[in-house]
Amino acid sequence: MHPAFSVIFLTTLIGVGQGFFLALFTEQSYSAVNLLPAQESGFYVTGSLIALAFLVGGLFAAVFHLGKPSYFITRAWRGMTQWRTSWLSRELIAMPLTMGLVFLYMAFHYFGWDADIFGSPDTTGQLTLVLGGITTVTVFGLFICTAMIYASVKFLQEWACVLTVSNYILLGGASGFTLAAAYAAYVAPELVGFYAGWAMIITALGLVSRGASLFRNSRIKYKSTIQTAIGIRHNKVRQEAMGMMGGSFNTREYFHGKTASFLKSIKWIFLVLVFALPLLLLWGGMDGGKGMLVMAFIIQYVGLLFERWFFFAQANHPQNIYYQTV
Amino acid sequence: MTQLALVIDLNVCVGCHACVTSCKQWNTSGSAGPLFDDNPFTRDPTGTFFNRVQTYEIGTFPNTETLHFPKSCLHCEDAPCVPVCPTGASYKRENDGIVLVDYDKCIGCKYCSWSCPYGAREFDEQQKVMKKCTLCVDRIYDESLPESDRKPACVLACPTSARMFGDVHDDQSEVSRAIREDGGYQLMPEWGTKPSNHYLPRRKTRLNIQEDELVRVDNPLKKEDIRHETSKNVSLDDWLM
Amino acid sequence: MSDTAKVLAEGRTEVKHTTCYMCACRCGIRVHLRDGEVRYIQGNPDHPLNKGVICAKGSSGIMKQYSPARLTQPLKRKEGSERGDAQYEAISWDEAFGILEERLGHIRATDPKKFALFTGRDQMQALTGLFAKNFGTPNYAAHGGFCSVNMAAGMIYTIGGSFWEFGGPDLERSKLFVMIGTAEDHHSNPMKIELARFKRNGGRFISINPVRTGYSAIADEWVPIKPGTDGALLLAIIHEIIKTGLYDREFLLQYSNSAELVNMDENSTEYGMFVRAEVPEEEGCFDPQNKLWWDRNANKPVVCRTRGADPRLLGEFTLADGTPVKPAFQLLSERVEQYTPEWASDITGIPTETIKRLAHEMGIVARDEKIELPIAWTDVWDVEHQSVTGNPVSFHAMRGLAAHSNGFQTIRALSILMSILGTIDRPGGFRHKAPFPRPIPPCPKTGKGWEDVQPNTPLNGMPLGWPADPDDLFVDDKGEPIRIDKGFSWEHPLSVHGLMHNAITNAWRQDPYAIDTLFIFMANMAWNSSMNTDEVRKMLNDKDESGEYKIPFLVVADAFQSEMTAFADLVLPDTTYLERHDVMSMLDRPISEFDGPVDSVRIPVVPPKGECKPFQEVLIELGSRLKLPPFVNADGSRKYRDYPDFVTNFETAPGSGIGFLAGWRGKSGEKGMKGEPNPKQWEMYEKNNCVYHYHLPKSYQYMRNWNQGYLQWAQEHSLTRYDEPINIHIYSEVLQKFRLAAQGKSQGKQPPAHLRKRVETHFDPLPFYSEPLEAQLTDKHKYPLNAITQRPMAMYHSWDSQNAWLRQIHTYNFLYAHPSTAKAAGIEDEGWMWVESMHGKVRCLCRYSEAVEPGTVWTWNAVGKASGAWNLDNSANESKQGFLLNHVISEELPPNEAGEHLSNSDPVTGQAGWYDVRVRIYPAGADEPKETFPQYKAMPSLPGTPKRRPWQSYFAGLFTRKGEF
Repeated sequence: MHPAFSVIFLTTLIGVGQGFFLALFTEQSYSAVNLLPAQESGFYVTGSLIALAFLVGGLFAAVFHLGKPSYFITRAWRGMTQWRTSWLSRELIAMPLTMGLVFLYMAFHYFGWDADIFGSPDTTGQLTLVLGGITTVTVFGLFICTAMIYASVKFLQEWACVLTVSNYILLGGASGFTLAAAYAAYVAPELVGFYAGWAMIITALGLVSRGASLFRNSRIKYKSTIQTAIGIRHNKVRQEAMGMMGGSFNTREYFHGKTASFLKSIKWIFLVLVFALPLLLLWGGMDGGKGMLVMAFIIQYVGLLFERWFFFAQANHPQNIYYQTV
Repeated sequence: MTQLALVIDLNVCVGCHACVTSCKQWNTSGSAGPLFDDNPFTRDPTGTFFNRVQTYEIGTFPNTETLHFPKSCLHCEDAPCVPVCPTGASYKRENDGIVLVDYDKCIGCKYCSWSCPYGAREFDEQQKVMKKCTLCVDRIYDESLPESDRKPACVLACPTSARMFGDVHDDQSEVSRAIREDGGYQLMPEWGTKPSNHYLPRRKTRLNIQEDELVRVDNPLKKEDIRHETSKNVSLDDWLM
Repeated sequence: MSDTAKVLAEGRTEVKHTTCYMCACRCGIRVHLRDGEVRYIQGNPDHPLNKGVICAKGSSGIMKQYSPARLTQPLKRKEGSERGDAQYEAISWDEAFGILEERLGHIRATDPKKFALFTGRDQMQALTGLFAKNFGTPNYAAHGGFCSVNMAAGMIYTIGGSFWEFGGPDLERSKLFVMIGTAEDHHSNPMKIELARFKRNGGRFISINPVRTGYSAIADEWVPIKPGTDGALLLAIIHEIIKTGLYDREFLLQYSNSAELVNMDENSTEYGMFVRAEVPEEEGCFDPQNKLWWDRNANKPVVCRTRGADPRLLGEFTLADGTPVKPAFQLLSERVEQYTPEWASDITGIPTETIKRLAHEMGIVARDEKIELPIAWTDVWDVEHQSVTGNPVSFHAMRGLAAHSNGFQTIRALSILMSILGTIDRPGGFRHKAPFPRPIPPCPKTGKGWEDVQPNTPLNGMPLGWPADPDDLFVDDKGEPIRIDKGFSWEHPLSVHGLMHNAITNAWRQDPYAIDTLFIFMANMAWNSSMNTDEVRKMLNDKDESGEYKIPFLVVADAFQSEMTAFADLVLPDTTYLERHDVMSMLDRPISEFDGPVDSVRIPVVPPKGECKPFQEVLIELGSRLKLPPFVNADGSRKYRDYPDFVTNFETAPGSGIGFLAGWRGKSGEKGMKGEPNPKQWEMYEKNNCVYHYHLPKSYQYMRNWNQGYLQWAQEHSLTRYDEPINIHIYSEVLQKFRLAAQGKSQGKQPPAHLRKRVETHFDPLPFYSEPLEAQLTDKHKYPLNAITQRPMAMYHSWDSQNAWLRQIHTYNFLYAHPSTAKAAGIEDEGWMWVESMHGKVRCLCRYSEAVEPGTVWTWNAVGKASGAWNLDNSANESKQGFLLNHVISEELPPNEAGEHLSNSDPVTGQAGWYDVRVRIYPAGADEPKETFPQYKAMPSLPGTPKRRPWQSYFAGLFTRKGEF
């Protein structure tokens, strides 16, 4: 597939936003049971704003994935109508829902709206806890919707796998927790170890999951062949002409136009940037080194751009069988 | 339930591209149009076409087959492009099985095209919506046209009548008969999309010559028995008493 | 409501009928217009030619109509600019006509040969020929000489008809169809329609071709063959058929000259001629039936076709006067004795067994699957037949056979093969289309000497004709050519379509003489229509010591900004086919069907763009101004208002009743074929799908060479001058006459000494195989490969790179080579490479293909363009990646014993030997530019051409309004 930058930014940015929210809410949940020190509402308000910024950034990128940006105003609402069948439609519901809930989460913290809804006056922030819990569900829902957009396309065998879902969740989570570690270094140094630790764990899990999908994809046996594509059962079939010579949608949308070695180098770049370097930097930043943690996040995020590019480029669409002379 | 479709006879397709441009000209000025062309007079001309003809070579010289292969939307019975559309712009008509795009609803996300294993959809880079073969839905029901003209433009144009059009659910139709009797097959059956369009394979006519067909009593050479002059050589006749 | 929805709902639509011209096929079309713009071009279902279908080109007519390459104003080359630079200023038609009237008037009054008119694939030779003849110049031809004249001449000199417009395979009833050397689109839609029907009916289709594309793709069997060796194959098949007795004896006896006795007395001046009986010749008879047979019953000679006689086909006999004689078939049999399948296998690359099998298949199907139709007919010998019978084996061939310098004899061999199988004008075999069959040879003759070319006088003779003997040649007292292209001279005696491909070279070299004005209509002689294109472009721009152009004045009429327009001194903008009246005339090349004559017209469906003027109108205007007899009244005043008026009222002779159109003649349109002019003739064509189809009665539809009813009908309707039988020339006495002249054995015109051997060799009355001339003169170790071109079905010559839709299909071309051939040369798939002949070299892209004979490389013709031509951007793929093979093909042979400047053509007909070139291939260097070579200085957009749209979304009814055009 031809990687579209709109989608690369969309998925990576909202991944950070979602992961970062999860980091915030994890802190609140842990603190509710006194596993972590409680934080001022400002911690959550600023944090939610950051999460929201990433989500909005993703949404902004998504606008450029539409045929025309104006469709965002005029037609995108229709995108929520086909939730029964379309994961993309579901994502289009889950995304504003998540953003709205994150916004509410922020607002509730900001205004200090709270109520004793469990009849336990000792526990503060019950309302925001519930809200955060619900938001967490939608965040995971959004992760699943986003991942399923790809994983549900059975024709793209590199994607059609549960590992696509685990990758999106783990890589989004990792980048969010890494960002949270950097955030904590500035506003709540006592949390650095917690976030950095979890960031390392999730990053490591991400490596396992992503590594597994790389391993799987390197051994894919494609269902479609030139023989099934044109119905000629002969082992030597070669395309002489595609029917056009100046290119078409078929040659632009489904081909990255890069060499196999280029693809391979992108793979190693993202493995280093997403996993190896951030793990080292997070380890080094456990003691609260701001620079290291900020670097960890930036490098990991840039790595994710490479990773997402690779994700698209590696996917081999069966239609390409009909376009062998690109 | 009706399922309109094309049956393409590879046995007679000579690869002339008539279906390609007749489709283009009908549809660019029709309800599916206009169809964009980019760089029409400069490097790498490209454009939106609903139908293409490709060429394949099978085997090795001298046992080579050259195959011309027209490809357009196959109007799958279980069209994978339809459920994935977030806006409902992509739909399959209940009454005749044609898969269409409502341009007014399409947001140009191209997701439907990812869900088509055949590469049948083309994005219009000018209108920024997804387009595809409509089976000339604006011709086939147009009662202002004579009945013989109520066919897709490609079918009308095809000089070798390699393109048949009809209801593949009607056992009595020309297309169903062709699929049944001439070995009609579907593309990429492994995906379970159940394409409605079918292809008919190459069929060879051979002639087997028997040895005795070369030997016949009425061989015209027998009428040309050249009378030889009487031999001047000495023969047994000259010796035997 | 969107703009498009509004136009869809409210646009004013109309449908008009006319005739397509996206290629030379001439299908009937229905043009749908919306608010005056072309909305849809549909094949006309009521048209006999295409029966409703239409091809890729026809379907893309819209993009031709709105092409940015369209010329819209008369243009004059800017003072001081060079030819080829395409620097022009627009002028008025008045000025253009003024320039032409003055210049041509002077030439006509002083030395008419200094005006040369050559036209491309124009479909109006009846008019252009009429103009040239009445101008008085011998220098006129259309594209036939560099197209397929061998196909026309080889067959017409043998069976009185040929393929495509002239006749074709009866695939409706055929069982075995053999296509040999056929381009993708010759007889485009009708061939496709019939081929599909034939296959569906269970017919067996064999294709013999070096390349497997297009039609060959759907063949039941592909027989790859080395280019230029078809003659060897056909002769070997004839050998095998005669050897096994699979020929149709009865057919040959009665309908050919097979049994007629040939004089074998080498000392006689009649050597090689048929022996004639002393029977009184009938007046005006062109082929008297006064030859002899050897009757096997009486064992003595009898006058041929004596009722009850059973002649010998084989044997040698002596007449009472001691003259040794042999039946023509005996001579054929002796000739092919040497042409064994084993011999042919080495030459053609086809296995011996395959050659034998092909012969057996043909012979057995012809013999055992006879067709008998219950159609009673009477032959010219008054014998009544209760049925029409046929042998269902048919053939189709075109330029693959024709475009070789041995093509004439190859096609003679094909015609003879078709004849010995008994398939001529019979069901399931070959069938004629009116006005064919014509006498062998047809009657028209050119002038015969300088006395026929006089100032202010029409040419005495036709501009093109059919020589029957050496005295018909158009040569001076010394036997030297009179035409600038050396047509009808001893170099190419039967050049019945002229040699347009040598016109520029000869005019530039001033050999045989200098001309003044070269007028080119619709022929891209600075590109794909010329051999040796690179040099020809230089010749067009070459000057003598005094600074004058060697070709002083060059006029180009074309609808589009072709490469040729860059070299013109004066450019005349023609219209598109949708903007003009045209006739597919019985006087030219009509579109007849097997069942009767058909002609058709074009009627404008949209108004001309800008100042475009149909070329016919230009000729009528010029003819009137120059006072050429057909175009003026006795008092010298203009006779015809315009071209439609001319078509309506012109008669070949006063009161002849024969005009350009055969339909709806007579005062009120009640007559067909012949009759006085009908003022409403155009309207009647318009009401009738623009086509006139005369259905012959069934009894006139077969065996027309010998069909009394048909021949009398044809004579009455002036299709032919005679109603005599047109017997098949298995043995060609016409050729023998030229050979006798070359041997100095006959009186009359004699070839110049240096050509005697050549004429003697090639004017063989029996078909023979010889290697193409260029191959004989090439170092085949250095240049081991053949290089040929084919025309893609979606493009017609150079016409369609301007077409926004068609150029997406073929925007550049590859040189296709078998992987083993390319790899041996070190060339990668899709790699840059050189293809080089002894004449030149071209850098191009290679593409591996398993569908090509490994000794051959090939490409699609005329996809490559010169930079900027056809108003394409300089960066267009056509000029960067696309290439033209013509640069490696020469219009002249290397000097040899027959002369220094001989055309690279068939020595009999002057057919251009396009496919004779031998090449070698090697990879381009890594440091070389990744673009085709040669490159030319980019041609600018000519004044008045439409803007080159950066993108387009064509929607009829909105296109012009939105200013996208």
